[in-house]
Amino acid sequence: MSAVDKEIAIDCCLLAGRLMMEAGAETYRVEDTMERIAETQELSATHSFVTPTGIIFTPGSPYHTKLIRIKNRSTDLEKVALVNDVSRKLSADEYTLEQAYAKLKEIEQANVMFPLWLQVIAAAVASGCFLILFEGIWSDVPAAVFAGGVGFIIATKMQELTKVSFFAEFVAALFIGLIGYGAISVELGTELDKIIIGSVMPLVPGLLITNAVRDLMAGHFVSGLSKGAEAFLTAFAIGAGVALVLSF
Amino acid sequence: MTWVTQGILSFLAAAGFGIIFNAPRRMLFYCGFVGMTGWLIYSTFNQYSGDPMQASFLGAFTVAIVAHLFAKRFKMPMIIFSVAGIIPLVPGGMAYNAMRHIVENDYTTSISYASRAFMVSGAIAMGLVFAEVIIQLFFQSTMRRKKKK
Repeated sequence: MSAVDKEIAIDCCLLAGRLMMEAGAETYRVEDTMERIAETQELSATHSFVTPTGIIFTPGSPYHTKLIRIKNRSTDLEKVALVNDVSRKLSADEYTLEQAYAKLKEIEQANVMFPLWLQVIAAAVASGCFLILFEGIWSDVPAAVFAGGVGFIIATKMQELTKVSFFAEFVAALFIGLIGYGAISVELGTELDKIIIGSVMPLVPGLLITNAVRDLMAGHFVSGLSKGAEAFLTAFAIGAGVALVLSF
Repeated sequence: MTWVTQGILSFLAAAGFGIIFNAPRRMLFYCGFVGMTGWLIYSTFNQYSGDPMQASFLGAFTVAIVAHLFAKRFKMPMIIFSVAGIIPLVPGGMAYNAMRHIVENDYTTSISYASRAFMVSGAIAMGLVFAEVIIQLFFQSTMRRKKKK
């Protein structure tokens, strides 16, 4: 195989790794996928160092070590599935290297997210369900549904506007608290705590917390700690937003 | 509250999270199913033992086992099924109470809530990891048996 092909193979590994990490895959799975792609291209002595903010990948001599930066992370499980599918097909010789690289480029550009209105409805419904699951009362459901939906819209829009997720989550939690408080004062709700807990759930960094502890247990200390820090910051933002309302 | 309502609500909540996390469309039903089994196990044990840590461990363990089975069945990464299933178990209420007591300058109570929230999230992670290790051992031994034949 020519040197140009090897360079494409290395880029392919890095692109797959970056896409997966941006979509919120586990660290060990990213390393595993990159190694698998490398193996199909007869790169044997590879090492990768994956963190939530960047990936270092060395394909062994005579090729150069490469680094790729990960700027924004979200949870997009469909992308994880798509990249996984490409690596599986590449291992099974259903795709050539060029096809796989083109496919990955396509995935990078594609927007496979559900439309925003559907996400908002999902968040609202989930908030209502959580209220009852956490032993709330049925008459509080409309308030939780409304607060959950509004909170989710604000979080997404503020994230797009400001690019600072801490601020976005803070504002969203603040509004959830205000709506809960308003619902209580016009007697559309009775238990403020339950309403707020239910509607804050779509913002809670549950995935980050569990992934952080799992990474730590698997020995990926750097990514475990940084995911833990991100989860802590998010939780702190939500807590601070709600706390601001409660303190009045 | 009856089993049926709990089942339906946890199914809806987990499927809703499947949409928020953009799980593949065909898999939304299974995401909801994983969430439902996890929550039902969790709430049953929580009622009988009264200890949210054991209950969360068992809930997360079940979620991971079922998620692994679906992952093998549909040839997709396991995370797609486990994420939505884990969310109902996350100790949001405890974390909220911890924050609320800090605001009220009641630090002692808040620390006890915070440490419980930390322990519960540790239990969830332990459940996930244990299930993964056991499933891997199980698949390895079945693979070896197949090879011998």
